[in-house]
Amino acid sequence: MIGRLFNARPSLLPRDSGGEAWLAGLIAVLCFLACLSAVGAVAADRAAHGWARQLRAEATVQVRPRVGETGAEAAARAAQTLAGVEGVDEAEAMDRATAEALLRPWIGDAVLPDLPIPYLVTVRLDPVAPASAVTLGRTLAEAGLDATVDDHSLWRGEVERSAGLITLLAAAAFLLTAGAAGAAVAYATRAGMAAQAGVISTLSLNGATDGAIAGLFQTRYGLLAAGAGAIGAGVALLLVAGLRFLGGAEGVTAALPLAWSDLLILSPCPLLAATVALVAARFTALARLKRGH
Amino acid sequence: MSVQPRRAYPSDAVSDTVRLSGVGFGYEATHRALRDVDLTLPAGSFHFLTGPSGAGKSTLLTLLTLAEQPTVGTLHLFGKDVTAAPRRDLPAFRRRMGVVFQDFRLLDHLSAFDNVALPLRLTGGTRADYAADVEEMLDWVGLGDRMDDRPAAFSGGEKQRLAIARAVVSKPDLILADEPTGSVDAAMGERLLKLFQSLNRLGTTVLIASHDEALAERSGATVLKLDGGRLTGAAA
Repeated sequence: MIGRLFNARPSLLPRDSGGEAWLAGLIAVLCFLACLSAVGAVAADRAAHGWARQLRAEATVQVRPRVGETGAEAAARAAQTLAGVEGVDEAEAMDRATAEALLRPWIGDAVLPDLPIPYLVTVRLDPVAPASAVTLGRTLAEAGLDATVDDHSLWRGEVERSAGLITLLAAAAFLLTAGAAGAAVAYATRAGMAAQAGVISTLSLNGATDGAIAGLFQTRYGLLAAGAGAIGAGVALLLVAGLRFLGGAEGVTAALPLAWSDLLILSPCPLLAATVALVAARFTALARLKRGH
Repeated sequence: MSVQPRRAYPSDAVSDTVRLSGVGFGYEATHRALRDVDLTLPAGSFHFLTGPSGAGKSTLLTLLTLAEQPTVGTLHLFGKDVTAAPRRDLPAFRRRMGVVFQDFRLLDHLSAFDNVALPLRLTGGTRADYAADVEEMLDWVGLGDRMDDRPAAFSGGEKQRLAIARAVVSKPDLILADEPTGSVDAAMGERLLKLFQSLNRLGTTVLIASHDEALAERSGATVLKLDGGRLTGAAA
């Protein structure tokens, strides 16, 4: 009797190893995909914010020389004017050689000498309190310079919209994955209840409440999903760690820069998988029992 | 075996454990399994229900276990009208019953010990709470040395004893038994009858459905006869 007191009580539900094995495999794959989409979203968001930060920290000024003034002279004067503006770290007139180097990949060498290249000033802004495009334009006008300021807001907006879209897509992928896992658990619960109809009837006739019977299924599938979620997250962790290790801070591509901290994102996966399975199994079981099983 | 009631039977509060009034069951009026059954089982009574195969004995027990609802008529259990009781209310009534099913309904994946402990476990008991009672009950039905065996390893008679042990281990207020001695030898049949009688003496209401009219006569209990879905003898 003493030994029996310390034995764990067996589950009132018999095991269905075949059905549960495929469900565990499916949930593991879904968790793996969900983990990759989460890490991908974080990495894409990081890349987008990095690009947006770089764009925000720079402005480009195009200068049109006045009569009696060369383009280079006008650009130099504009750089000098802007260097003293609050919120500007550095302003540098771009010489023709640098401008040609930027254009060469696009239009080649043949036409470059004859091309009227605009006179540009590259402005590096204070990252904490950058001067606005309006301030720069007004300062240049006050200095008698005919110039156009481009603070890259058009590109920055595009990049930030892209980052938002990627995050949205990742959230949708996560919800779809969770929904697919929930549907699989609901299907497995229905199949399990059909297979164990005799056991459920016996439990019910011996005084088990519907909540207690649903609890057996939710415990069974919750634990199964937690284990499968851990496996899926574990495989995703190995993959991400491998990419980070092989590719360095930029991962495989600059568009998806990976950080070691990204691995932490994977840790709640087993808990989330268990929660989805638990909720799906409970609601499915209660609905079936309410209909008289 | 010493059988102690878990609580004082509320016979002063509820005089009739079971009351059926005009009960019929079956979806075709011309082929009802039960017809116009009026039956009262007072608290602490002991009844045998006899009749040929197909007479409706098992159907009547099915209604009493609340597995089905009467097609017509009313059914009261423990003083409450349960004719159309909602599903959520059923466990409370079933926990006051012990049922021996004709097909035993043992859980094949559980040991004999865990099968017998089932009603106590379902009411929230811990293993420490019920281990002694379960072991004592298994000893009493002669299966004390096979507590860890699964039902598949038991003969038909042993399964029946196991099912009876499960039905009575919680000292229920009402015991319903469908052919509880059908698969055991005469000596064990007498012994099981004594168990039911001793529980009855403690206030438990007992209804046994059986083909064995001789056993019913020997029991000294009121014998009800069911034929063609109608009570034909000794009805209340």
